[in-house]
Formats: sequence, C-alpha cells, structure tokens
Amino acid sequence: MNETPHLTPQQIVDRYRERFGSGLIDEKVTERGEGIKKVKAHNLWFRVSRELLRPAIQELITIRFPHFAVIAGNDLGTEIELLYIFSVFYGQKFGEYMVTIAIRLPKSDLSVPTITDLIPGALFSEREKQEFFGVTVTGIPDGRRLFLPEDFPQGVYPWRKDETGIPPEMIKNLWEVDRPKDRPAPPVPEKPPSPEVKKEGGESA
Amino acid sequence: MSTEKVKKTVPYTVPIGPVHPALKEPVMFTFGMEGEIVRTVDFAPGQTHRGIEWMGMRRNPVQIVHLTDRICGICGIVHSLSFARAVEQIAEIQVPERADYIRTILHELERIQSHLLWAGVAAHELGFDSLFYLTWRVREQSMDLIENLTGNRVNYGIVQIGGVRRDISDEQRVLAEKGLDYYQGLLDKMATLFLEDSTILMRCRGHGILSEQDARLLCTIGPTARASGLNMDVRQDYPYCAYGDLDVKAILPPPETGGPKGDVYDRIIVRLLEVGQSIGIIRQCLENLPAGEILWEPKMAKLLAVLKKAEGEGIGRVEAPRGECMHYVKMAGKEAPESWKVKASSYSNLMSWIPMLQGEQLADVPIIVASIDPCLSCTDRVAVTRNGRSDILTKEDLSRLSREKTRRMMQ
Repeated sequence: MNETPHLTPQQIVDRYRERFGSGLIDEKVTERGEGIKKVKAHNLWFRVSRELLRPAIQELITIRFPHFAVIAGNDLGTEIELLYIFSVFYGQKFGEYMVTIAIRLPKSDLSVPTITDLIPGALFSEREKQEFFGVTVTGIPDGRRLFLPEDFPQGVYPWRKDETGIPPEMIKNLWEVDRPKDRPAPPVPEKPPSPEVKKEGGESA
Repeated sequence: MSTEKVKKTVPYTVPIGPVHPALKEPVMFTFGMEGEIVRTVDFAPGQTHRGIEWMGMRRNPVQIVHLTDRICGICGIVHSLSFARAVEQIAEIQVPERADYIRTILHELERIQSHLLWAGVAAHELGFDSLFYLTWRVREQSMDLIENLTGNRVNYGIVQIGGVRRDISDEQRVLAEKGLDYYQGLLDKMATLFLEDSTILMRCRGHGILSEQDARLLCTIGPTARASGLNMDVRQDYPYCAYGDLDVKAILPPPETGGPKGDVYDRIIVRLLEVGQSIGIIRQCLENLPAGEILWEPKMAKLLAVLKKAEGEGIGRVEAPRGECMHYVKMAGKEAPESWKVKASSYSNLMSWIPMLQGEQLADVPIIVASIDPCLSCTDRVAVTRNGRSDILTKEDLSRLSREKTRRMMQ
C-alpha cells in the first residue's frame, strides 16, 4: 500500500479542492468531542459531481487505503443521493476520520459505476443499493439481490419515497394481525383491541 | 434453495442454511465440494430482513432508540449507542460526562459477555463441551451485572438520546467491582484452557486463514481484522464516549504466539485478550466516573421538540464486540428522520468467509463460520445434494462431522 504521511482534515479538503476544482460541489468538516477531555473526532463530507465518484475514491486510496463502511442513500425527490462512507487513517491513535463522498443521480438516469475493482468489499453494499433504491451499478460482478426475498415484487424499492416505494397494501401493522387460529386458547381471555391506545407505537405510513 | 446449481458431477453443490434468524443477516451458504474439500463458496444473506430502517423512517428518534435495541440480540447497546450518537451530532446535543462513562462501562460489559458467548460456541463446535459449559456459566456473571445496571439481560434499554436512562449507584459500583475481580481471576484459567489445549490448537491453527491484504480489501473489521494483523479499533482510532480519555490500543495477536497469522486460533487469542482489556477499561471508568447529570434533557416533550427541529446528517460509530457498528442518519426538520442506514458489524465481515472457507474441509465449516462471530447463532439446517439426491442435514449432523474430526485427529 502506498503510504502518505498522516494528514489533517483540512489538508485532505485542500487536496480535494485542488484536484477536483469545481467538480467538488460541497465540502464540510464536522467535529465532535465526548467524555471529559473532549478529544475531537472528525468527519469529512464531500459532494462531487457524479462522474467524479471513482476519481474521488481513487484519490482517497492514494492518501491511504481506506476502510469502506457502507453506501447510504437518500431519496431527495427528483434525485437519489448516494453517500459512500469511508474511514481513513485507522491505526493512528485518535487520528482516523470518516470521509463521506456523496453523489446525486437524477431519477431519469440512475446508473453508477461499480467500485468493487478498487475495493472488493463494497460489493455487498452495491447489491443492497440496487435492490433498495433501484439504482443500476454498471460493471457489478454479482448483480443478484442481497437482502430482499426472491418473491419480493420487481420494481418496488423499499427506500424510495415516490410511487416505486413500498405501496400501502404491502404494509402489515402488527396490531392489526389477529391471533393465529390454530393455537390453543390463551389461559386468560384476551381484551378486545383498543386502537386509540395502540396508535402510540408509531405513525403509520 | 438454488436448485439450478445442483450438479450431478464433481464439484458437488452443498447448500447450508438459511441460518438462524438471529439478526438482520442470516445466511444461506452454497458450497461447491470436491470430496471433502470446499472449492467455491457462495452465500445469500437476508433470509429474514425485517426492514428496520424502513420502520425507523416512520418514527421519531426516541422511538427508534428502542427499535435499535432490538436489532441484535447480543449487541444490546452498540446499535442504540450508534444511533443516539448520530442524532446527538445532528441536534448538537452535548451528552453529560457521567452518561458518556456509563455508556462506556456497559459497552465494555457487553464485550465481555459477547466474547464469552462466542468462546463457548467455538468450544462447542469443536466438541469440547465441558469448556462450553464452563464459559457459559461464567458468562452469567456479566449478564447478572448487566441486568443489575440496566434492568434487563438482553434489550438493555439504557441509552437515550442525550444520555442514559439509569444511573450507577454506589451499591452497584461495589457489585460491578466484585464482578470484575471475578473475571480477573478467571482470565489466566481461560487462557490456559483455550490456548494450551492441544485439541483447540490442532483444529484452529492454520485453518480459516484470512490474509492481511484480503482483510483490508474485503473491508473486514473488529477482532477478525485484528487477527489478520490490521491495526484497527474504533476505540483507538476515533474517540467517542469516554475512550478519548482512555488509552485503548488495538489488540493484535502477540509475538509470543507468533504474531498475526489470520487463522481461527488468532481470532480466539484476540477475543480472549480483549476480555482482559475490557475489565481494565471498566475499572478505569468506575474510578474516574464523573459526578453530574445523566441526561441532557430529562423532559421527553422538550427533547422531542428539539429533535423535531434538528436538521442535517450525522454518523454514529462505535466498536461493537464484532467490529465497527455505524449508523448514518439524516434529519430534515421533521418528526421522523429523512434517512437512516444501519451498518451492523457482521455486514462488513461476511465477505471474508469466502477466502477463509476455500480449500477447507466440510467438517471445518462450523468453526470457521463461527470464527468471525457472525452473530448468527447456528447453522440451522443443511441440505446436501449428492448425485442429484437431496438429504437434509441438520445442524446436529454438521456439528457431529466437526466433532468426529476432532476425535479422529486425537487418535
């Protein structure tokens, strides 16, 4: 692995700004200290234009091979945002940063290149994003479903907030499910359900 | 069942699973076998995906904290802690110092009980049942202590956004110290039992190897990564809770045992040493426990009002017993979060099974699969397809194969 010396969060930001210029749409550094000494932990947030996703990740690999955590996502209405979450500089006492590289894809063209050739461990998360957000990962070595069952309908993407999300008829509320009919009777007769009280459990969609 | 893959000639296809619905990621294995040797490995998780993130996006953060308690049956605190920390960053909530320390104490107690549970499972898979009984008996002490401190054995319900829900009293401190003394006295005994036993050495040394390079590329974390020589531990690298005040170092297999080789044996060593490390951390936290409040805002209505206004995104990250646990949360000034992604620790570790299992024998599958501590309590049932005929092998059959191998090697 190519080793560059440990950088401060600002140095990483500067490096990205220099390398990508206006392709770096947004950047911020957040910090947080807990405990008595409030030693700071840093998070770096980058948003790049979509074609710069792979170069941005490659740049991180050049700095130090990162640990890839997960791809998170947001349905922003007309766009899907994907956030590639890494941590870099592990092994350095209190010197590790979380680095999030975000891209936005318009819903008319939800394709994103795979990063599994750079980081093979990202396969899991890419498969998950395909089934949960309906994005297409081009060049993915294994495009099968990951978590959703085989009989889950095609074209339904659980984390989308538009018409391709989970339709209301697929939702089963626990308090609406009756007791199974093929079981012995309970020792104490059940109270009739009182929906007003049960509603506290959460807002149904 | 992937029936289309069933072949009548070598390599045979052996599906194992779907696994016990212990967490979000139960796994169905499909092995391509040549004789007793595993050639190819494939697996399909998600046999009982519960859609917890979907549920969370329709609830307020305080409700989600209780939901996160139920993501995993063993890691009772790491998910609620990760989620709470993410939300606290978004809403700029400063957690009282005392709460940070109490969180750390429970975090480490959980590591002790989880590592002991794992050690017992490992012993059982190898056919060393007396050791399994012993480890699980001594584990009870930590469960009792956790119950005393939180009120619950499993779903602790201790974390709240902005702090913890229960304080540690002086009487409880005495109890906790007693518990730590008990484990301190046991450490040497456990190390002898696990590390000087010829059976364990025989079955675990040189099996299920994960090289450092593979561990890095496959994003492996926690004790599995450390056993392969990766110096990573969130507690060391990225300060949170009380760890910024402490001096925690990632535990790698020590030079006395030959340094990191990345096999099952190294994973045992790392976990056993971490139990000792956790005892030390809890002691330090109890000694330096700051006085003060335990909640940022005890009034629920006020807390919810603040959370409803919060906007932004945050990452909460902790070192779970199995490695990094991470929650990404985005809030947009609404009651429910806009987005929530849970990355459990096993999510990052499962892919390391592939290089570990290739070239190993079927009888070694249970211990290697268990060696990453996958949070799946057992390989439930196994269907073996040979010559186009399917036999259902139960978990007991697979365990039996593993035990018979131990006996054969001992002769």
